Amino acid sequence: MPTVNSKLPQIFEKREQEITDQWMEQQQATGRRLTAAERDQANRQSREFVRSLKSALQRNSSGDISGTEWSSVREFLVDLSSRRAKDGYTPRETASFVFSLKPPLFSALKNEFGSDPKALADEVWLATLLIDELGLLTTESYQKSREEVITRQQKELLELSTPVVRLWENILALPLIGTLDSARTQVVMQNLLEAIVQTRSDYAIIDITGVPVVDTLVAQHLLKTVAAARLMGADCLISGIRPQIAQTIVHLGVDLSDVTTKATLADAFDLALRRSGHKVVRQEEPSVGAATR
Amino acid sequence: MERIAILKMGEFLLVTIQVDMHDRLALTLQDDLTGQIVKHRARGVLIDISALEIVDSFIGRMLASIASMAHLLDAETVVVGMQPAVAITLVELGLPMKGIRTALDVEKGMTALRGAILEAGRDGDASGIR
Repeated sequence: MPTVNSKLPQIFEKREQEITDQWMEQQQATGRRLTAAERDQANRQSREFVRSLKSALQRNSSGDISGTEWSSVREFLVDLSSRRAKDGYTPRETASFVFSLKPPLFSALKNEFGSDPKALADEVWLATLLIDELGLLTTESYQKSREEVITRQQKELLELSTPVVRLWENILALPLIGTLDSARTQVVMQNLLEAIVQTRSDYAIIDITGVPVVDTLVAQHLLKTVAAARLMGADCLISGIRPQIAQTIVHLGVDLSDVTTKATLADAFDLALRRSGHKVVRQEEPSVGAATR
Repeated sequence: MERIAILKMGEFLLVTIQVDMHDRLALTLQDDLTGQIVKHRARGVLIDISALEIVDSFIGRMLASIASMAHLLDAETVVVGMQPAVAITLVELGLPMKGIRTALDVEKGMTALRGAILEAGRDGDASGIR
C-alpha cells in the first residue's frame, strides 16, 4: 500500500453533509422502492456510517481496514449486512449500500481536485480501494449470515423429519423421508430406540418409501438401525421398497436377507400384527353404498 | 470375594449384572451359573444388563459364551434391558451380538423364553440358538 498522504479525511470533514445527502439520494434511486419507515432507517444508517467512516479515516487513512481504528466501521457493516440477509435483501441490494457511496464521493473529489488531475487520480484510486474493501466485507458477512440460516434450517429439518409413529400397541413405524446420511442415521436410531423403550414395542417398521436413493451406504445405515433395534429386543421390518430400489439393492450386492422386507407399509403392518398374535376381522358386511363405490 | 447373584424364578434363573465385569468375575459367574442351571434344572436364563453403561467386546463375548454353555445344558438365554446408547455403540463397533436373544425388559424376556422353550420342545431337539 503506497503511503500517499491522503486528503480523504479532510474531504470528509469538509463535505460530510454534501456526501451524505447525495449518497442517500443515490441509494433511493438505485435500490428497491422503500417504505417511509425503511427510508428513515436507511437514512439513519447512512448518516451513522458516514460519521464512523470519517472518524476511522482520521485515525488511519492508509486504505487498510483491518486495524483497530476501523473496528467500529467493520462492526457496523457486519451488523447491517447480517440484518439485511435475514430481512431477505438480495446480495446486490446489500452490497450496493456501500458501493453507492462511490458516485457522491467521487464527485466531491472532483469538486475538490478538479484542477489537479494527478492528485484527483491518486485520491480516486485510494477511495476505490477503500470502498471495494468495505464492499467485500459486506458481501462476506452477508454470505456468512445466510450460511448460518442454512445451517440452522438443516438442523431443524433433521429434527423434524424423523418421527416415530405408534401404529398399534407394541408396533412402531418409522417413515423415513429424504436422504439417509450418517448424521441422520444417528438421530433416527436414537429416536427409534428411545421410542422402543418408552412404548415397550416388539416390532418396528422402517418405511423407506420416501428415501429417494438407496446405495450401499444407506443400506449399511439401515442394517445398523435394524441391528440396534434387535439388541433392544425389537424385531425390525423394512417396508416401502420400490421396484427400482429392489433392483439397485441386488445389483449392489447388498445382503438384506437377515431382515424381513415388504413392498408396502400395509403388508409389513399386517405381518407385525399377525406375529404379535393379532387378527384383523371385518365385523359386518360393508354397506351397499360403500360396496358400489 | 465379589460375586454376581443368581436368583431363581420358577424354572428360570435371573442374573443382574451391576458391576464392572473383569476376567475373574466372569469366570466365577460362568461357574456359578452352569452349576445352578444343573442344580435347579433351569430351562431359561435371563441376564439383565440395564445397569451397564458400557458394554465392550469382552462383555459381548462373555454373554455369547454363557448363552452357548446354557444351551449345552438345555437352557435358553435372553439378554434383557440393554440401554439405547449401548445398543448404538455395539452396532457402531460392529458387534451386533448375533446369536444372542435379546428383549427389552425382564418381563418381555420371560415371555420370549417361554416361547423359545415351547418351540424347542415342539421341535423335539435343540434346534440351535437363533
